[in-house]
Amino acid sequence: MGRAIAFMTRTRGGRGQMDWTDWVSYGYLFLGVLLMFGPVVWLLLSSFKTEADIQRYPPTFLPYQQQTVVVDGHDSPLPLFEIIGGEHEGRTLAQLRRVGLVAQMIDPANPDERLRIDVADRQPVERFALATENYTELFERFNFLRFFFNSTFITVVATAIMLLVNSMAAFALSKYRFRGRTTVLLLVIGTLMIPQTVVLVPLFLITKELGMLNSLWGVIIPGAATPTGVFLLRQYMVTIPDEILDAARMDKASEWKIFWRIILPLSAPAIAVLAILAIMWRWNDFLWPLIVLSETDNFTLQLALNSFQGEMQTEWSNLLAMTVLTLLPIALVFMFLQKYIATGIANTGGK
Amino acid sequence: MLQIISPMMRIIEIPMQYAQRKFGIQRLAWIFLLPNLILFGLFAFLPVILNFVYALTGGDNVLLNARPFVGGANFDTLTACASYFDPNSCERDFFWRAIHNTILFVTLQVGFMVGFSLLTALILNRDIRARGFFRSVFFFPVLLSPVVVALIWKWILQRNGVLNAGLDAMGLETHVWLLDRTWAFAWSVFLTVWAHMGFYTLILLAGLQAIPRDVYEAALMDRASPWRAFTKITMPLLAPTMLVVLVLALIRSVQTFDEIFAFTGGGPGSATTFIIQYIYQTGFAGAPRLFGLASAASIMLAFVLVVLTGIQLWINRRNVDG
Repeated sequence: MGRAIAFMTRTRGGRGQMDWTDWVSYGYLFLGVLLMFGPVVWLLLSSFKTEADIQRYPPTFLPYQQQTVVVDGHDSPLPLFEIIGGEHEGRTLAQLRRVGLVAQMIDPANPDERLRIDVADRQPVERFALATENYTELFERFNFLRFFFNSTFITVVATAIMLLVNSMAAFALSKYRFRGRTTVLLLVIGTLMIPQTVVLVPLFLITKELGMLNSLWGVIIPGAATPTGVFLLRQYMVTIPDEILDAARMDKASEWKIFWRIILPLSAPAIAVLAILAIMWRWNDFLWPLIVLSETDNFTLQLALNSFQGEMQTEWSNLLAMTVLTLLPIALVFMFLQKYIATGIANTGGK
Repeated sequence: MLQIISPMMRIIEIPMQYAQRKFGIQRLAWIFLLPNLILFGLFAFLPVILNFVYALTGGDNVLLNARPFVGGANFDTLTACASYFDPNSCERDFFWRAIHNTILFVTLQVGFMVGFSLLTALILNRDIRARGFFRSVFFFPVLLSPVVVALIWKWILQRNGVLNAGLDAMGLETHVWLLDRTWAFAWSVFLTVWAHMGFYTLILLAGLQAIPRDVYEAALMDRASPWRAFTKITMPLLAPTMLVVLVLALIRSVQTFDEIFAFTGGGPGSATTFIIQYIYQTGFAGAPRLFGLASAASIMLAFVLVVLTGIQLWINRRNVDG
């Protein structure tokens, strides 16, 4: 134990001394953990609260639900209350109905006797419980699976197209010497200067003319080729020695075969990084889908989430559950591929 | 996975082999480039040209042949102002409010974000236990979708939310945060800093770790104070990375839309409406759809972005050459 503490507090080359700058540093970092993780933890806990629990002020940390009891002669379970004042103080009663400031209650052990209790004298009996119906309702009442499918379809197809198209271009730009190569490279750099946000109107027209408005393809195709992808892959492919290609050509391999049997497998690390980036871009994409997709059936998760928060001003319970389900896939990807993501993003400067 | 890819690749191989026989190996490069170039042409270069066509024509029809030529009228409308410092004096006061908001937002957001990223990176660069863990903690909001980020904070800031409850418990004044112009703006800055600072922290940390240790050891030998080591070694050697971070942050910040649109919807009033939202609302959300004005505003924005991206590319090039 002593050794563990010594290990934990060891800093600055193991002198076992924490000077004030170390304390300040760790203080800052733990504050950071609180500020960065806290909101997400709060979201997660809140998403398991019933609508009644969500309306409670001040809110409780953990989700609670009122306990109910099934009493003979009553179809639905009755809510349980503890009586904290008046002549029945100390008893636990089930409420039949509430009329104004008076509640009609019965003792579950003695269901025939009806008691009249002042509303102020009772307090709900609660226990920790997860309101999983917030989640199940998403599938029953809201078209959650539809939105999930749309998002997944766009993400998967767009990523696949992008990887193929960008790696083909990167292959041409890294392994062939042809007239106009510099021009093409400059063109690619040029597209870096044209973010989608500044060409929204004409992009809308072109998508419309191609008949892709209000279709998932209208979201997929316009962003299918990215300059970032071409650059990232080209930088990597340049480092693959040309001798490998020449050897394959000696063996009469076609250029396409060289591309997908040799170059693609050798570029796997760069392709993995780009794939992760593309998945993130597409899953989180918002502005362009917002413009292209106008029918609810075609909404992605992000669009559905945004439109629900307007419609369901008060129904936070379902909204929070949906928020959790939307961030879950990305959170999982992050947990498993954390290292690649960090290095990939740092190297490309892309997000 | 491979079972799907392999047959597909084999099918593509057939026309590609034919092309190779017909054009020869070196000219085959163009075939490899073709899909990418078509996409770039159709969805990047053509739009740039059409953007000007839209900006020079009027009406609310998206089809080009139904749009009358109006010359520079759209630009004139947008820039018709008695004073550029007072949006109320402008014909399109909403546009100028968006510009004012964007300038203030970018200044504050980039300032705070780069400041906190630098501070965090410096602390993470110390001899810290569990550095990997702390680094991911600061980084993970970067992966969250803008709508999720907005909803997380909306939930915390709502009238009966946990922040108000906390303030209440401490006996402090509570607010309906997002219905107050100043607070909504302040929280917009906070939210975007929260969501993106991890990305810049990561880049700055990489920059810090690239500074050779022996420089600091030499400074220690010469009995340089930590502050002196910071100002005379860390800052100058980190300057190129700082510049990259600053320009990247500026480019992104100017284009802020998603989070804020889901967070405040641009309100209350127009307090958090930024330039992209102006373009979106003018061209797509409201009726009539004023595509000409939206395009004219896009071109003004594009001008700023081209300058910034140009600087970015120039820095990258210099870093690579050096």
